[in-house]
Amino acid sequence: MLHIYCPYCEEMREEEEFSYSGEAHIARPTDPESLTDAQWGDYVFFRTNPRGLHHEMWNHAAGCRRYFNATRNTQTYEIHETYKMGEQPTVTGGKP
Amino acid sequence: MDVSCTRTWFEPMKKYSGFSLFKHSLNHHENWQKAWRSPRPKKSYDAIIVGGGGHGLATAYYMAKEHGMTNIAVLEKGYLGGGNTARNTTIVRSNYLWDESSRLYDHSLDLWKTLSQDLNYNVMFSQRGVMNLGHNLQDMRDIERRVNANRLNGIDAAVLNTQEVKDIVPIINDSQDIRYPILGASWQKTGGVARHDAVAWGYARGADQLGVDLIQQCEVTDIVVEQGAVVGVQTNQGFIGSKKVACVTAGNSGVMAAMAGIRLPLESHPLQALVSEPIKPIIDTVVMSNAVHAYVSQSDKGDLVIGAGIDSYVGYGQRGSFHVVEHTLSAICELFPMFSRVRMNRAWGGIVDTCPDACPIISKTHVDGLYFNCGWGTGGFKATPGSGHVFAHTVAHDEPHPMAKPFTIDRFNTGHLIDEHGAAGVAH
Repeated sequence: MLHIYCPYCEEMREEEEFSYSGEAHIARPTDPESLTDAQWGDYVFFRTNPRGLHHEMWNHAAGCRRYFNATRNTQTYEIHETYKMGEQPTVTGGKP
Repeated sequence: MDVSCTRTWFEPMKKYSGFSLFKHSLNHHENWQKAWRSPRPKKSYDAIIVGGGGHGLATAYYMAKEHGMTNIAVLEKGYLGGGNTARNTTIVRSNYLWDESSRLYDHSLDLWKTLSQDLNYNVMFSQRGVMNLGHNLQDMRDIERRVNANRLNGIDAAVLNTQEVKDIVPIINDSQDIRYPILGASWQKTGGVARHDAVAWGYARGADQLGVDLIQQCEVTDIVVEQGAVVGVQTNQGFIGSKKVACVTAGNSGVMAAMAGIRLPLESHPLQALVSEPIKPIIDTVVMSNAVHAYVSQSDKGDLVIGAGIDSYVGYGQRGSFHVVEHTLSAICELFPMFSRVRMNRAWGGIVDTCPDACPIISKTHVDGLYFNCGWGTGGFKATPGSGHVFAHTVAHDEPHPMAKPFTIDRFNTGHLIDEHGAAGVAH
């Protein structure tokens, strides 16, 4: 059971209150019509799926119902930080 | 090293039989030949298979047996069959909805039927039937549709009503007053279970016998690509050259792909299972329920083998969250009230690589000589023989096997997905 800090409620809550929404910081293409099938498929389906640091979206479904981001280690399950939508992660493991 | 139990390369493999079992019992089973060698890696091979689980070993076996490729190696970072092969709930069935997938899984089921004889290794394949319960009208409509699709594809399938379910599994709770009453089920009589470890060991022994080098404790740290083609792999035992590298690494496929600079449409999640203390024979079939997230069978040892759902988040930790197990056990207790006092012995997690359409990827990549067999998600065990069989063909001929053709990576760009969430989503 993960304990997750909701940056909006400013409280540490149990995992069951949240729902997972996958990799974060994937911008929707501004002009989908101009993309090739390969580019569109890449946007919709392909993910980095790393073993280690992962920036991901969570939704506080049974709380404030807002989306936020988390930086979590997918190997140790340690959550390094949670931050509001629109903000950038501070823990990046040396990567931009 | 235990000298009483070895085999060198010039000593032929002895056949297992009832007679050999009797003979070895006379000296307390101390002189059995080793089932496979432990060779040092050569400098290069015709092909390298990364991942010594069931699918990887099956691939090696069929490459050697059917395509004459014996100068090949399987590299395993831990020990053979120590990943998901040893962590699943061993269910075998082929009642998938779409033509492409039902063909692939049914091909696998055909191979299961004679696998013990083919490998001279008892994989304990037991066709005890597999039941998928329906709990509401929409479940039943989906079951009718899937059963009809199965029958059109020549797969044995039937729709059961509540009473027929009760006749097959007398201990099931058929009350209509529970939260998720049983309205019926789909039933594949030819489905069942097999002994997971034996499948890995049988394929390993078979491949070794044909000359395949099985190299354990050998972790691939990089895939070396030059001018768009694979030239070998970097490992903790040094560089090993090969023009063909086939990755069969389940949950770690994304990590392997990143080494070669490509991305896959996969996410790795923990999937949990658990077994109870051994009890007397009480359930002689496999009962699964997608809706309440639970499935159960009983092993030959007597323990109840129970599968839970995946954790929602990406994880490589081979453990999951407790509430997932709790959820599954509450469903099991409602379906089988008499199990409420059975104690659970062990719980564990495996890392499953889930694909957006719940179907595998058996494919070439845009890197020449690099192949992937992954994305089996929560249900790869049942496909072990078929997966290895079609992937061996794909790697050996650098051309997808006709059955593997629909399962290329390209389908995520062309849009030709094979949506099996209904038949595969949870229950395996």
